[in-house]
Amino acid sequence: MATGYFPGCSLEGTAAEFDMSIRCLAQALDLELREIDDWNCCGASAAHQTNHLLGLALPARTIALAAAQGLEEIFAPCAACSNRLIAAQAEWLGDAGVRAEVERAIDMALPAAPVPVRNCIDFLLPHIEKIKTAVTRPLAGKKVACYYGCLLVRPPKVLAFDDPENPTSMETVAAATGAEPVAWGFRTECCGAAFAMSSTASVERLCERILVNAKAEGAHMVIVACPLCHANLDMRQPKGMALPVLYLTQLVGLAVGVAPKALGLKKHITPVAAAIA
Amino acid sequence: MSAHHDAPHEKTFAEDLAAKTGIDVRKCYQCGKCTAGCPMVPDMDYTPSQIMRLVQIGNRDAALGSTTIWFCASCFTCSTRCPQEVKIAEVMDALRERALREKKSHPKARKILAFLKSFLGSVRRTGRLHEVGMVMEYKTRARDFFSDVLLAPAMFLRGKLKLLSKSVKDRQAVARIFERTAGRK
Repeated sequence: MATGYFPGCSLEGTAAEFDMSIRCLAQALDLELREIDDWNCCGASAAHQTNHLLGLALPARTIALAAAQGLEEIFAPCAACSNRLIAAQAEWLGDAGVRAEVERAIDMALPAAPVPVRNCIDFLLPHIEKIKTAVTRPLAGKKVACYYGCLLVRPPKVLAFDDPENPTSMETVAAATGAEPVAWGFRTECCGAAFAMSSTASVERLCERILVNAKAEGAHMVIVACPLCHANLDMRQPKGMALPVLYLTQLVGLAVGVAPKALGLKKHITPVAAAIA
Repeated sequence: MSAHHDAPHEKTFAEDLAAKTGIDVRKCYQCGKCTAGCPMVPDMDYTPSQIMRLVQIGNRDAALGSTTIWFCASCFTCSTRCPQEVKIAEVMDALRERALREKKSHPKARKILAFLKSFLGSVRRTGRLHEVGMVMEYKTRARDFFSDVLLAPAMFLRGKLKLLSKSVKDRQAVARIFERTAGRK
């Protein structure tokens, strides 16, 4: 089955290492990814917060392109992208009026059947046995705090992915590497998302309590599957925290023997080297 | 029976919202669960449950003029937990849209609005968000030139700041989406 890869804008910039680690890992696990030709920005929260129809139409163009290119599902590693694609699609699947309005806005026909959209965890889950077999460098003794944030699990009725209050899917993938997921209390608390610049103090306040709790529960690193979570937790750490933040694909990549440099582990602001030694 | 039961009445604020979004804020019974779980309450003037109440009693100006609607992070914790299944985060979207249209947004939302406009401006121009371009536009709009100046060199050295934008091939298609959705609903 052809999977359409929708990297999204962050993965072309600040989250380049997320993209690097995904491509390396797909190669290591022999998973085929075909980038959706001419994909556009999903609009993220900026679109849906200010113009509901724009928040539906931007994801719609990319979904329509994927369907026209014969792709049967979409892998959107950015949590905001996967969330917006799923939420927008749910609206037009349940309402013919909305569908017509969105089709008018994008001047394209939307596929009649839903196009399944997978987030980063959802993409790796079916390959868990393959990952276990591919592990050449088990991460035994590494304690990891799996952080979901908001958009991987909420709103649950729309996403229907894992348990919104007590998710376990990321721990399942992380444990396949031999790492030891810790139990902690801020797995689904918001990092402050897009307020990084426009209300920096809010992001610092929220990131501090997340990182402090992860460290207090013995984590050597925080694992994420969202570029915005990564940017905030990696770059907005309180003084002296020095808790590395890795993408889930970087963790799995390490375990299956991909070189740290190829996974972009040197691109992080909070140094990673000591934690993965 | 008094006559006014049959007379057409002007829609209340809550009825108007329900008609346009399908979300009935009148179902809120003020349990406060949304407020208890909201990570942004310290930055808000009204709590999320107070906003629901303001909508119920038709206090449009207070709801649309609040800082709350702008400091909502769209984390969807409230919508997830509401026992009455009121989609509170989605109501915040609808209130933001109205506040923008009626030019009622709170002065404290200035930087947040600058961010949203810069973000969407970048997407409108090239179909994809160009982070560096967006940050430059944001700093100009928000007149916020000195924040994060120490972070930028570290990000640049790590190849996180791409100076050139990557564009969709069909820029017109994305520009048309912006034109056709402007001012709708």
